[in-house]
Amino acid sequence: MSDTAKSGPVLAADGTPLKRSLARALRMQKMRALMLIAPLLIFVLVTFILPIADMLFRSVENQIVSDTLPRTVVALEDWDATSGETPGEAVFKAMAADLQEAAAAKIHTRVGSRLNYETPGISSLFRKAGRKVKKWDVEGDGPFKEMFLEVDDGWGDPDVWRTIQTYSPRLTNGYFLNAADMQKGPDGPEMRPENERIYWVLFQRTLFMSLVITASCILLGYPVAWILANLPSRTANLLMILVLLPFWTSLLVRTSAWKVMLQQQGVINDTLVWLGLVADDARLVMINNQFGTIVAMTHILLPFMILPMYSVMQTINPSYLRAAKSLGATNWTAFWRVYFPQSVPGIGAGSILVFILAIGYYITPELVGGTKGVFISNRIAFHISSSLNWGLAAALGTILLVVVLILYWAYDKIVGIDNVKLG
Amino acid sequence: MANKTSNDAFVEFERVQKSYDGETLVVKDLNLTMPKGEFLTMLGPSGSGKTTCLMMLAGFETATHGDIRLDGVSINNIPPHKRGIGMVFQNYALFPHMTIAENLSFPLEVRKMGKSEREEKVKRALDMVEMGSFGGRRPAQLSGGQQQRVALARALVFEPELVLMDEPLGALDKQLREKMQFEITHLAHELGITTVYVTHDQTEALTMSDRVAVFDDGRIQQLAPPDELYEQPQNSFVAQFIGENNTLEGVIKDIKDGRALVQLDGGELIDCKPINVSKPGERTRVSIRPERVEYNKDRLQEGVHTLKAEVLEFIYMGDIFRTRLRVAGNEDFIIKTRNAPDQVRLQPGQQIEIGWLPDDCRALDA
Ligand SMILES: Nc1ncnc2c1ncn2[C@@H]1O[C@H](COP(=O)(O)OP(=O)(O)OP(=O)(O)O)[C@@H](O)[C@H]1O
Ligand SMILES: [Mg+2]
Repeated sequence: MSDTAKSGPVLAADGTPLKRSLARALRMQKMRALMLIAPLLIFVLVTFILPIADMLFRSVENQIVSDTLPRTVVALEDWDATSGETPGEAVFKAMAADLQEAAAAKIHTRVGSRLNYETPGISSLFRKAGRKVKKWDVEGDGPFKEMFLEVDDGWGDPDVWRTIQTYSPRLTNGYFLNAADMQKGPDGPEMRPENERIYWVLFQRTLFMSLVITASCILLGYPVAWILANLPSRTANLLMILVLLPFWTSLLVRTSAWKVMLQQQGVINDTLVWLGLVADDARLVMINNQFGTIVAMTHILLPFMILPMYSVMQTINPSYLRAAKSLGATNWTAFWRVYFPQSVPGIGAGSILVFILAIGYYITPELVGGTKGVFISNRIAFHISSSLNWGLAAALGTILLVVVLILYWAYDKIVGIDNVKLG
Repeated sequence: MANKTSNDAFVEFERVQKSYDGETLVVKDLNLTMPKGEFLTMLGPSGSGKTTCLMMLAGFETATHGDIRLDGVSINNIPPHKRGIGMVFQNYALFPHMTIAENLSFPLEVRKMGKSEREEKVKRALDMVEMGSFGGRRPAQLSGGQQQRVALARALVFEPELVLMDEPLGALDKQLREKMQFEITHLAHELGITTVYVTHDQTEALTMSDRVAVFDDGRIQQLAPPDELYEQPQNSFVAQFIGENNTLEGVIKDIKDGRALVQLDGGELIDCKPINVSKPGERTRVSIRPERVEYNKDRLQEGVHTLKAEVLEFIYMGDIFRTRLRVAGNEDFIIKTRNAPDQVRLQPGQQIEIGWLPDDCRALDA
């Protein structure tokens, strides 16, 4: 005690400062703990974090133009895209040299399709020119401008060269502009014409429908969770199996079942017609539109709402309700003022779960959504597997990720993330 | 009891029965009458039906049979929130999402009381339990004893005439418990509230109550003021349950003039006071309080039977001495003596002779 006051730092038995020997002792413990979780950590890193990072990078990556057409990119630097004129002979000469190399390596079509995302038609220009350029003598022949125009008039279009110039930097915001229904105009980014805007509508629809689905899940799930939490445990377990049953059935089967239910010759329409509520020639359209998607997805995501609600409600001691009643509250007041506020964390957890699942859902909208009920994720899937425009798909995915994070942040501000409990 | 006039009966249970499963009766034939302002404790072992009785009174359980009356009105069909009964729960049941002040304000809000009046009453109630400065805290930020006091204040803030408490001090340590016992009785008497208090701690029951109802097996075994309960237990369950007690088993030899001659199973004869035994030949369980046993021959009455005893253990407990004896084959016979200057300290192995006043030795049912 006394030597602490005199000599400052406390020493351990072997004379090292206590702080350092404590840190050393703790470091050993930490290392050991880290080694235990290392396999999982590496697994998560490799399979989850890295792909996301790769996706984020792909949404701005654009090395292909400057890698494949290095000379052209340099030559185009002094060309004024706003002049409305085709670039000079030097640029065409550089292009001929670049293309010859690229064609030899058989990569000229790749850069063509990349630029085709931005200005349709470029792909075929590159393909044709690539075939011819192999026979040219880059040093001796010329003038290359005429030779290119001979191959295809398209090479004389300043728009083609503007596209090449615009996409020559190694990083681009082009995918993001595309994803936001914008394009690069001569004087910077501008909105696309009204009739070409598709993503904005899709994002809006995705958010709106996810919210509707979340709300329907709350409305349908809350009473179920309440009953489950208040029944004797034997009955509750039995009912719980019914809630979990959908999990054990294939997603495709469940979605197809809704097709059977909702189509115009389906069970519900037949019943309504039989009851005389709907005329036979005016059967309701309930599938291949937003309604169908909302119904099917609410059904599929409902367990994700019920489970967290149930586990939170189970922890609410029934004596709170009794206390409220003994203090003079009616059943409704006791529920609304005492029970409901305590169940909010369950609603919060369920909502986040359902909303985030819904916003990225893909199979069900694809099957029952028609054209009006598809989500942004269906568009992403299209770009990944059909149009092969991975950059655009990555940009759309990134925007989706950012939107979810913003909503999560807003939720934290409004409700408080501590107010989320899974049990 | 049922024929008592209603004007001095505030709470009445008449032939009340309760079964949860339709097979066993948890409460069997409960009859109880409480005047206004009484502090009554229900005491009994676990599972004896105390909480059930309280819940029936509060309205959270319905009586299977019988009538419960409050101020002369049958409340069987009145829902809990209209009964106006304050209740303190075993786990306090303070609403965790509300502050202390909001908790107290809740019963006033549902009674549609104005804001200023509410604040006034909440403040008064909190001051009453010395928690005035804690109004803004959440229940989780209070200690057990503080939560207990808030629960008490909340049960009293809407000025109910009847307050029910179900083992409110169960979770507190001994010292705090004793303090709170005092505070609760003090408040109840000061405010003139009728209180039904449930506990299975007999010290608590004896120190706090005007009357104690000893529960066992769904029935009230004895309903009496604490001193009577301790000194004059009516049956062997009560004698065993309340306080420390020595029992000896035997057969009644003779009963006359309010005296019973009992032959213990070892053959010895003793004098007792017959309580719920009636005729010779009946088996009996004799009960003597440890502090009423005398071993100083000079102080023993003349002509009473004495018993031989061997000292097995002497325990020094500060204010008293506790000595364990072997008496008539019973090795757990305890005597307690005050630590006075002239008191003899018995040594293990010592052979002594013990006796008592026949009135202190009660012959009860076997
Ligand atoms: N909701 C219920 N359903 C079925 N049986 C019950 C229920 N509540 C209590 N019981 C049974 O009724 C009997 C009396 O219970 P009660 O809670 O009244 O006992 P208690 O005297 O309060 O005991 P403790 O001192 O342990 O609180 C017990 O045997 C118990 O198992
Ligand atoms: Mg109880």
